Amino acid sequence: MLIGNRKDIPYSEVTPKNLYLNRRKFLSSAAAAGTAFLAGQPITDLLASPAQAGRGKKLEGIKKSSLSANEKINPFDDVTNYNNFYEFGTAKDEPAKYAKNFKTYPWTVKVEGEVNKPELFDIDTILKMAPLEERIYRLRCVEAWSVVIPWVGFSLSELIRRVEPTSKAKFVAFETFFDMKQMPRARFAGIPFPYVEGLRMDEAMHPLTLLCVGMYGEALPNQDGAPVRIVVPWKYGFKSIKSIVKIRFQEKQPPTTWGLSAPNEYGFYSNVNPNVDHPRWSQATERRLGEFFKRKTLPFNGYADQVAQLYSGMDLKKYY
Amino acid sequence: MRSLFTIKRLKIVIFLLSLGPLAYLVWGVFHDNLGPNPIEKITHETGDWILIFLMLTLSITPLRKITHLQSLIRFRRMLGLFAFFYACLHFTTYIWLDKFFDFPEMVKDVGMRPFITAGFTAFVLLIPLAVTSTAGWIRRLGGKRWQMLHRLIYISAAAGVVHYLWLVKSDIRKPLQYGTVLLVLLSYRLVSGLVENLRKKKAPEKTRSELVMLLPQKTLPRTTKEIGSLPPSNSLSEP
Repeated sequence: MLIGNRKDIPYSEVTPKNLYLNRRKFLSSAAAAGTAFLAGQPITDLLASPAQAGRGKKLEGIKKSSLSANEKINPFDDVTNYNNFYEFGTAKDEPAKYAKNFKTYPWTVKVEGEVNKPELFDIDTILKMAPLEERIYRLRCVEAWSVVIPWVGFSLSELIRRVEPTSKAKFVAFETFFDMKQMPRARFAGIPFPYVEGLRMDEAMHPLTLLCVGMYGEALPNQDGAPVRIVVPWKYGFKSIKSIVKIRFQEKQPPTTWGLSAPNEYGFYSNVNPNVDHPRWSQATERRLGEFFKRKTLPFNGYADQVAQLYSGMDLKKYY
Repeated sequence: MRSLFTIKRLKIVIFLLSLGPLAYLVWGVFHDNLGPNPIEKITHETGDWILIFLMLTLSITPLRKITHLQSLIRFRRMLGLFAFFYACLHFTTYIWLDKFFDFPEMVKDVGMRPFITAGFTAFVLLIPLAVTSTAGWIRRLGGKRWQMLHRLIYISAAAGVVHYLWLVKSDIRKPLQYGTVLLVLLSYRLVSGLVENLRKKKAPEKTRSELVMLLPQKTLPRTTKEIGSLPPSNSLSEP
């Protein structure tokens, strides 16, 4: 297996989060900053206050990872105000609004099925299960937009090894938390809940597949799948299931929510593939948020060197 | 009937209000206030306003019949042209900001993707309506033929709703709302048409052309001048 040993991009050099401001806030604070400069006050004091409101708990002891992409990270505000999390509304800006009071603590993840050691993990145990790493990944949505996010977590394989899957474990099924009381807008989503997803065992074990608990050095914001999710960077975003409460190992390929909703549009594999169009739109290009020109979409979202061999001999047009 | 002066002033007010969505988008672009994906936001906003203006245009006739405010007809052309105006912006956003003049890709889109086919149809059907929206064209075509031609708006609006319906992934509330409004507006026409037919059978002498309703009730040349004296509306109606 080839895992490109790419040059680390020190995240601190890219977009210091507490300095990040969108242009509007920047403009409105420019005048204030000017005044402060004249008054001899450090500008960072001014910049830090409004932009940091509502930020999550800081995660300690995060290591850099050689699996990170060497690309410009999207601002925190893009990634937290442009979400697909249909339980909290189908418009991109709704999850940020309606997931605000989502209760993500205490939290448990039930691991069951074809394993020798089924277990109910609580979130504190998961956080201490393995050293936390920062993984800067591209995320390509099936809707032809993409972002680059500094996720925090560790390979899902760390958890899988602990429960000792049996030889019958061929697939892994994941389930998102669902409660109509906390997620009243789910009734308008037009897809069945709880949201379910699945991976083949080798996909789940791949080092790139991340069990994710944070981003931008902090605990996951609610709208991004708090408190624990997975991230599978070579597949369309909907495969990276959020707010996981159940992981089940099984022999049969599990159903997936979008696959149930529109089987001809969303396959089980859903690997990013510029040569297989979604029936309603092209997948050849994508718009990276923050960019004017579209860029070409890469096979496996640019992770072909690491993952293409998982699918050798498979017809990717048939298994889309 | 209200005085012409009031109508003129109201027209200016409606004209300025109708530019509001555009002003919001322009302001948003310059203030970076359209969210993380501004091009998508512009596409969605302009798309919404096409449907809103089409629905407003189509609601003039039922409103006029219900309220007996004949002068409402004087606002219809402007509303229709604003639907076309936002359709042009929506289409431009698609070919410029979204596809960046990738014509082979666009041809493929129009041919292969049903939702684009529907949207493109809706747009193309509006073109002849915008072109023939002037008093001169009503005269040239003759009221009956003009009216027949302008029934294309029913198909255009329906294609627009279908375009929206086929575009959304699973939450179909908004396209269904537009669809319901359109259904009500078109059903009204169907029912009132049937009722009128029944009446005509009973009283055959009352068959004055609906053209009379369409054309301004003052003499034609004077009204044309009036239209000409309102540059904003006129500039929009030029092909």
